[in-house]
Order: sequence, then structure tokens, then C-alpha cells
Amino acid sequence: MVAYWIFALVSLLMVLAALVAVTNRNLVRATMGLVLVLFGNAVLFVLLEAYFLAVAQVIIYIGAIAILIVFAIMLTRHVGDAWGPAFHRAWAWAVVVAGGLAVGLLFWIAHWPAADGKAKSPVDPQYTKLLGKALVAPDGYVIPFEVASALLLAALIGAIYVAWGGRRVKGPYPQRSEEKEA
Amino acid sequence: MVPTSFYIFLAALLFTIGAVAVLVRRNTLIIYMAVELMLNSANLAFVAFARQFGDISGQLFVFFVITIAAAEVAVGLALIVTIFHTKHSVDIDAMHELKG
Repeated sequence: MVAYWIFALVSLLMVLAALVAVTNRNLVRATMGLVLVLFGNAVLFVLLEAYFLAVAQVIIYIGAIAILIVFAIMLTRHVGDAWGPAFHRAWAWAVVVAGGLAVGLLFWIAHWPAADGKAKSPVDPQYTKLLGKALVAPDGYVIPFEVASALLLAALIGAIYVAWGGRRVKGPYPQRSEEKEA
Repeated sequence: MVPTSFYIFLAALLFTIGAVAVLVRRNTLIIYMAVELMLNSANLAFVAFARQFGDISGQLFVFFVITIAAAEVAVGLALIVTIFHTKHSVDIDAMHELKG
């Protein structure tokens, strides 16, 4: 019974925060709405007995991704957040498309026998161990795991290169122009 | 124990909110946040089904989704900051050089 109340409260909060995140014109407030949604997702992961993922969600999404978004907002801030209409001019078409998407999803869920069942078996108490073993087992997910790590490294190096603008730096530190002249 | 369908309905609702925002908003950073919202709703559905079927594969997929989302955010935000330096705007309608 307690789980129902927690689910109701958290899901209501998540939907409201998601609406704030996508409608607010103030980018920082929108980011805080997104953080609330991410945290609500972590709470639901705990309700679903996915404790490892709940902690990973808080550390990676809130601790890293949300902070990156805040940095991007600070780097792009001077112009803009109150310029022109917030919504695209073809918003009516977008609402029609998204309404179709929502109706389709809900229809599919409502007519799907697997979705209304309860959990078949309780989660293994040692499931974090199973998760770790599956990530490094040769017959498990070791190849996707290694590919994902290489992809993450490549993406981060690529991000640094893109943000650096492809400038060539000779010395160990980027030199200021007046130092070059002197 | 909350039934799986409740979680799936919530995930569908959040996914729809994210999809509307991607289609409607003009600020690139907001569109990024909406993409994150959609990824999160998919993660919620994955974990709900992982519990229902007593299988950890769903949770492993969420693990990979989080990894890919981190990579995507790093590259995407670097691109946005670079585009802002040349165009002085993060408006999606200002980026029309590719005639898309």
C-alpha cells in the first residue's frame, strides 16, 4: 500500500516537473525540472528493486549530465532565452503528431496482455552480483560493454576537439596573444 | 506491489511530453533536455519489464542506454556551444545552412 502512495506522489511530481522542463522559458528552471524528473526516475528504480541502477541514475544523470547541461547554459547565455516565440510556428502539426503517438502508445499498452501482470518472481537478493557478472561474462555482455567504453572515450575526445574548435596548440598550455607578441 | 502497467503508462506519458517538446520548442538546449526525458521514460519501461519477467537483461540495457546518453550529451553540448560561437544563437531555426 505504501508503494502505491509513493508511486502516485512520485509520478505526479515527475509529470509536473516534465511539463515545467519543456515549457519554461527560463533555461535554468527547465533544467531543475529535468533534474526532478531524473530523481523521480531513481526513486521509481528503487521501487522496482533496481538499486544499482537507482544509484547509477543519480550519479551519472544528475551528477554529470545535468551539470553538463548547466555548463552549456552558462556558456550560451548572453543572447537569447527571451528572444522570439518559444514555440515553433508549426506547433499545431506537432501536437497532432504527438497526440497520435500518445493515443497509439496507450492503445497498444491497454490491449497488450503482458503489461497488466504482476511480477513473476521476486528479484534475486544478490542481483547486483549477477549484473556485474553478466557485464564481464564471455557469454554475457562483455563485447557490448567494451564497445560502449571505447565509444564513450571516443565521444569525449571528440567533444573536446569540437569544443576546442580544431585549434592547434604548440606548447603545453594555450598561449595568450600578447605573450606571443612579447 | 505496483503493477507493471502503471509504470508503462507513466513512461508513455513522459515519452509523449518529450516528443511534443522536441517537435515544438525552438531552443536547442530544451530539445536536448526533451531527448533526455524520452531516454529516461524508455529506461523506466525497461526496468519495469525486467522486474515483471524476473530477468536482468532489461537492467543491463538501461546501463548501456545511460552510457550512450552520456556520450551523446557530451558531443551534443560541445556542438551547441560551437554553433553558438559562430551564430550567437541557440535557436533551432537559425541553423538552416544544410537546407533541412
